[in-house]
Amino acid sequence: MTNPAGPLSISDSSGAVYSHDIAAERPWSRVLKQGQTLRIIDSGGQQAVDALLYCADDPAERYSAQDTLRVQGSAYIELGTRLVSNKGRVMAQITADSCGRHDTSAGCCSCESNAVRFGEETKYQHACRENFILELSKHGLTKRDIVANLNFFMNVPIDPSGKFTVVDGISAPGNYIDVTADMDVLFVISNCPQVNNPCNGFNPTPIRVMIWDPPKA
Amino acid sequence: MTMAPTKQEIAEVNRLRYEELRAAGQELTPKGLPEATALDGAPIAPDAVISREHVPSGWYATVRLRRGEALRIVDGLGRSSVSLIGWREEDTSERINCADTVKVQWSAAISKGRVILSDMGRVLLSLIEDTSGAHDLMVGGSTPASTLDAFGTPSRNTQENFLAAATKIGLSLRDIPPCVTFFAPVSVDAEGRFLWNPGRKRAGDFIDLRAEMNLVVVLSNCSHPLDPARPSASGPITLIRHRAPPPAHDDPCRTTSPEIVRAFAFTDRLYA
Repeated sequence: MTNPAGPLSISDSSGAVYSHDIAAERPWSRVLKQGQTLRIIDSGGQQAVDALLYCADDPAERYSAQDTLRVQGSAYIELGTRLVSNKGRVMAQITADSCGRHDTSAGCCSCESNAVRFGEETKYQHACRENFILELSKHGLTKRDIVANLNFFMNVPIDPSGKFTVVDGISAPGNYIDVTADMDVLFVISNCPQVNNPCNGFNPTPIRVMIWDPPKA
Repeated sequence: MTMAPTKQEIAEVNRLRYEELRAAGQELTPKGLPEATALDGAPIAPDAVISREHVPSGWYATVRLRRGEALRIVDGLGRSSVSLIGWREEDTSERINCADTVKVQWSAAISKGRVILSDMGRVLLSLIEDTSGAHDLMVGGSTPASTLDAFGTPSRNTQENFLAAATKIGLSLRDIPPCVTFFAPVSVDAEGRFLWNPGRKRAGDFIDLRAEMNLVVVLSNCSHPLDPARPSASGPITLIRHRAPPPAHDDPCRTTSPEIVRAFAFTDRLYA
């Protein structure tokens, strides 16, 4: 992993087999075949992207934040991070990253946690968990399948004393992260609607997803 | 005529509120947290004890707690780490949520006076007594792979303990959320690497967890995957289920911050 500014195998945006703009505050899902690379582009900058991964063949096997951090020995998602399942298998890897800081400890926003954090008047605002529930329902999955997720482009420094803060996102317009699948995975995204903390710069914006097939041998 | 606030004005108001909450949560609240319990403190009156159980190293226990009961977990030898998951008994889709626990309290470190939240904005457990204050919410428990790496042979581990316990009550792998591990002194250095702080484990450390809803909890007594003392890092633990005194109006766990006051209000509504 020697190329933090650029992708390892994808030299430009040509040749993508799929491209889609996810509107602000909306969910998305798609199966990534083994070897395919998903690029998530923070089109407008400072936009948190919540993500969950499930093994396409058996969704009881899914992304595990704690297993991923234990195997890595450190607390943040970055270039080279292997995304590990609850069965200890590598599901995908971060193969390019032009941003440098991503979280997997802060979870996703929900109507219920917003009401606790920011006051009951924020309960009736759209939230990532609403997105996840609706998107997962297309695949026969439910709230109980929502585990601790990835937060791409979300900046959550953890202090040696334990202090835990969501701070302003550091991603600039056009920053991207590439995730290459090690198995067939159902990749689920919520383009975060949160307006009560700085994770989206208080202004949720669209993102773009693109998919490439593995390079021909 | 009043103009509706612009998007930018709303953003500015939200940012100010966020900064106020952050300052309170990270500066005021920690000063108000109670002192750690002394190793010889907080005796349980004999007639308050409901049941007592010893869990050998490597094993697990499933405990049902009624709202208001407490569970004392005692690490007699100071060598154990105890991982916990739990569900609300009446609706097991509601469960421990480590991410909301750290986010709402602005801290990945929990100690006496802190709480553990469910995914529904309610309080699962309160840390009403705690001698240790060294608990892990980030790394999770041991797994078949982590114990194989450490011991060179398949060994009992937390992930399989959770799976066995969940299955016995009709749940499955899909129902196993990230766990909290007590007596696991994990911290994060400036680069984000995990550190183990062995000086923070003592023989006789204990914690009292008060159930704030009717719960089923599973406790796994397996060494933490970062504990360098493995495999000798293990020992039996004692679990004492007891009737906690009813919380006073200024109960430290219920009053630490506006966020926590709201979480308890939402929890109390379930039982109103």
